[in-house]
Amino acid sequence: MKLDHSQPLEYSTGQNNLNIFGFWIFLGAEIMLFATLFTSYFTLEHRTGSGPTGAEIFEITPVLIETILLLTSSFVIGLGIHAMRLGKQKAMISFFAITLLLGLAFLGVEIYEFVHYVHIGAGLQTSAFTAILLTTLGTHGLHVTFGLFWGLAIILQVKKCGLTPETANKSFIFSLYWHFLDVVWIFIFSFIYLKGMM
Amino acid sequence: MEFFERFAVPHPSPAIYASMVVIGLSVIAIIAGLTYFKKWGYLWREWLTTVDHKRIGLMYLISALLMLFRGGVDAIMMRAQLSAPDNKLLDAQHYNEIFTTHGVVMIIFMAMPFIFAFMNYVVPLQIGARDVAFPRLNAISFWLFFMGAMLFNISFVLGGSPDAGWTSYFPLAGTEFSESVGTNYYMIAIQISGLGSLMTGINMITTIIKMRAPGMTLMKMPMFTWSTLVANLIIVTVFPVLTVALTMGTMDRLFATNFFTSTNGGMDMLWANLFWVWGHPEVYILILPAFGIYSEIISTFSSKNLYGYKSMVASMVIISVLSCLVWAHHFFTMGQGAAANSFFSITTMAIAVPTGVKIFNWLFTMWKGKIRFTVPMLYSVGFIPLFTIGGVTGVMLAMSAADYQYHNTMFLVAHFHNTIIPGVVFAMLAGLTYYWPKMFGFMLNERIGKWTFWLLSIGFVLAFFPMYITGLDGQARRMYTYSEATGFGALNMLSFVGAGIMAIAFALIVYNVYYSIRYSPRNIGSDPWDARTLEWATNTPVPEYNFAVTPQVNSIQPFWDSKKKGHVLFPAKLDKIHMPNNSGMPFILCSIFFVWGFSFVFAIWPLVILSTIGIFACLALRSFEKDHGRYISVEEIIETEEKTGGAKL
Ligand code: HEM
Ligand SMILES: [Cu+2]
Repeated sequence: MKLDHSQPLEYSTGQNNLNIFGFWIFLGAEIMLFATLFTSYFTLEHRTGSGPTGAEIFEITPVLIETILLLTSSFVIGLGIHAMRLGKQKAMISFFAITLLLGLAFLGVEIYEFVHYVHIGAGLQTSAFTAILLTTLGTHGLHVTFGLFWGLAIILQVKKCGLTPETANKSFIFSLYWHFLDVVWIFIFSFIYLKGMM
Repeated sequence: MEFFERFAVPHPSPAIYASMVVIGLSVIAIIAGLTYFKKWGYLWREWLTTVDHKRIGLMYLISALLMLFRGGVDAIMMRAQLSAPDNKLLDAQHYNEIFTTHGVVMIIFMAMPFIFAFMNYVVPLQIGARDVAFPRLNAISFWLFFMGAMLFNISFVLGGSPDAGWTSYFPLAGTEFSESVGTNYYMIAIQISGLGSLMTGINMITTIIKMRAPGMTLMKMPMFTWSTLVANLIIVTVFPVLTVALTMGTMDRLFATNFFTSTNGGMDMLWANLFWVWGHPEVYILILPAFGIYSEIISTFSSKNLYGYKSMVASMVIISVLSCLVWAHHFFTMGQGAAANSFFSITTMAIAVPTGVKIFNWLFTMWKGKIRFTVPMLYSVGFIPLFTIGGVTGVMLAMSAADYQYHNTMFLVAHFHNTIIPGVVFAMLAGLTYYWPKMFGFMLNERIGKWTFWLLSIGFVLAFFPMYITGLDGQARRMYTYSEATGFGALNMLSFVGAGIMAIAFALIVYNVYYSIRYSPRNIGSDPWDARTLEWATNTPVPEYNFAVTPQVNSIQPFWDSKKKGHVLFPAKLDKIHMPNNSGMPFILCSIFFVWGFSFVFAIWPLVILSTIGIFACLALRSFEKDHGRYISVEEIIETEEKTGGAKL
């Protein structure tokens, strides 16, 4: 393994470079995935059948809480990567842990939101609108859930092996993923909730 | 008992029972054979766990050929049924199932793995790389495809085949009109293999962008590598669309959602749109690598540089963009209005322009060249006029007003077979013949190969050109029979004869493999065609590390230059080589995926949960695994190079 010390740790080997590049392409595919979901959402938005419309079921409070939690977590993981670049392993792990906790809280609120929707008669089977709403939100939520496990695995590995080119690479890629989920959420917030409530 | 009833085939027939017996017997025979010849260990060590791009390529190749025969049997049955008016060979239900599986198998499980076979085998060699960027991911891609294919293929003996067409339009594909689990198989098997394709896309793009040999700028890449790059960019762009569409379709069928239903706001046209947003680019995912293969072959056998390299690249890029802007031409008649139809008419016709540019470039490459009519070259030369006819009828279909006449008639069927067979299938057979000596160390017999080419071409023309006529006369596609009074009988009989000739041609390919294994000379060296690009600069058989020394590239045909102009291909000194280790994880992971898919098809939820946990457990294990690969020492390299035909240094 050739190490290039002029580069940050996560870019320091050839394979690391490939991993990061490949992950960007993967994120490109993820963008297409969510773009398709959004397009379908806009298509089906007003096809509510006998079910409720968005304006009838959206509530600003839980959504705002979710937004703040996720945006903060994205900021914190940025701090984590910064700490990693400075070689401060302890700080980095703490920041990553906070990120995951915020993510967990986000997920908690989202689950509450889902239960609420089902409760007031906006379940998966109610109408095309509710189906695409819950599928779009759910796909994002599943990504966050997956991220929680993935992040946990990374924290454990950094603890065990320290900051090596490998663990740094994994952590960096994870941070890309997490930021991406945040960006998707911003779109969900603006184009599903805010647009729906107007 | 009730549990097992769901696995019964809803519309059994003697043919299906016979297939069950044959499948059972073959499985027993394979297991017995492997045990008797003590090959289990070999199979596991050398193939099931391999991460070598060349072996993965070969496994794609074998799977594709098997699927070609599965799809071919479907085709013969359809043509036999239609060969005479009011024929009773198949009933409507079986005919529906057969045209559905034929389409899916041929596009997703034959053509896709066939092009992946060449991409995997050839691209790393063409760009002078040791392997693809993510060898283990590559193995996962293959096994995902393979398990998807297997899952799809067991449908006709367990639970029933899908019967809503390869396009699976809703509401026909919904539970109301497709009650059996068949369409579940469609949704889930394609989902699984589609995931594999997406990962191949990521892998190939990274490999090509990041791992080219020194000196190989983008504009010095061989044309097949270029076509692979563009095709994989399309894959990464459109496969996620399919993922979403299939997910929604699955949910409609299994969770009673209302995406594509006709009640509670559901919208069936959303499926049609999403499907073709993937589906049209998909046909270009298939044809672009085929174009790449033709470019390599035509250049080699005209003993000339490819004419118009830059315009070749530009036209591919333009095609890739346009291909994502034409999808609605598949349903001009389904009510989107004149403005939308005009837009999609024009974009569709526009695709013919860059395609035409490519045709002229091939012609100019041959112009004044010293042409050698080998089998690969015959396919390439035959491709040009035949494919052009397919393109022209495509432009006819692209006129939205006229399309009302021939949409969903046999004219359409003739069009797309006219592009796919001379386009994709000929390219695959040409590529197979061309790369065979690199893969296996001996040539396929030329004489049998030429017979195959002529039979295939004649059979193709006889089978499909009559459909243009019956289509214009109004014979609808996907109808299992027609009456005497229509007068379609004679032309359909002609089609049947043509299909029979094509079947003979495919059988000849098998015979050719057998014959060549027995009689072909083995001392053919590593460059039997006098070729021009890097893949021919390796030894045959290709050592696992491909190149002992990373080649130095100066032009788009570095190997030719090294032969004729004294270009030094391998300037550096030998050094130890880093290689990835084999791993059983991809195979095991994807086997669990198979179980996951199967239990999803039959809605066996406990098993779905269990296998989902299994999948994530595999991923977690992989994350914690420490595997830094291994090194091949200089001594070992020298030894291998000597064994495989002398050190190329
Ligand atoms: C100049 C190039 C082409 C043009 C203008 C063109 C145009 C069209 C049009 C307008 C249709 C829809 C007709 C209808 O449904 O009534 C169509 C269908 C189709 N084309 Fe092409 N095409 C071209 C090249 C190709 C190529 C290269 C392939 C494959 C390698 C291909 C494969 C197909 C398939 C599979 C279908 C129909 C599938 C179905 O409905 O089941 N086409 N084409
Ligand atoms: Cu199309």
